Amino acid sequence: MRLGNLEIEIIIALFLVLTALWTVMARSLLRAAIGLALTSAMLTVMMYKLNAPLAAVFELSVCSGLISVIFITTISLTQPLTWAEIYEHERERLSRFRPLPFIILLLGLFFWLVKVDLALPTVVAEKVTDVRVVLWSLRQLDLVGQIICLLAGAFGVTILFKAWRGK
Amino acid sequence: MSFWFFCVCVIMLAVIGVYCLLYTYSLMRALIGIEILIKAVTLLIIAVGYFSQHLALAQSLVITLIVMEVVIMVVAAGIVLGLHHYQKDLDIRKLRELKG
Repeated sequence: MRLGNLEIEIIIALFLVLTALWTVMARSLLRAAIGLALTSAMLTVMMYKLNAPLAAVFELSVCSGLISVIFITTISLTQPLTWAEIYEHERERLSRFRPLPFIILLLGLFFWLVKVDLALPTVVAEKVTDVRVVLWSLRQLDLVGQIICLLAGAFGVTILFKAWRGK
Repeated sequence: MSFWFFCVCVIMLAVIGVYCLLYTYSLMRALIGIEILIKAVTLLIIAVGYFSQHLALAQSLVITLIVMEVVIMVVAAGIVLGLHHYQKDLDIRKLRELKG
């Protein structure tokens, strides 16, 4: 899709990088968490444009939703800095992050102008176009890995909080 | 759009994530840096899948990556909460208990 001379992917990519920058440079942690959710939302739009709707739905519901909830809960439980403390630390923090937008801009311009032609080889192996077939039939071991990883996470958190209560 | 365009996006996102990890003193902001790095990897996998015409496989890998990401973030958030419980601070300059 074209908007004038610009393709829509360029606008989405621009917003993606800008939201990521805002996330890193945001003054309060809460704003940073909201910025991260926005970055995920932008990535979701990009995935949808690249014909990956299932991964996009996962990204939107899990990364933009669940992880934001985890971050905001952690921030509220850890009593972050008050606004007065934030203003106090702001100058020192901003001085560390001030070069970042310029670095990103320069890197983006440099690599955009260099334009390396990366020819991705198309694998000649049997091509399956249905993600459900790949996930449930061809890559079942991935699912086992996911289950083990989820269990490890659940046990890890349980043990962490058990030790905390024990003290 | 060419594949290189997505590579430039991935590079910019990865630099933002790495810069955040290198220059922050807050544990929560470090987690946010890791998240942005994971976003870069996710975009790279999807772009590679799109241009090599193996999008089904790429989506399957991204779903696995998202599950791993959630588990990592939950455990990391638990560790951050535990550290805050003992140290009352999330500034990594003040976490010197494991200094060897």
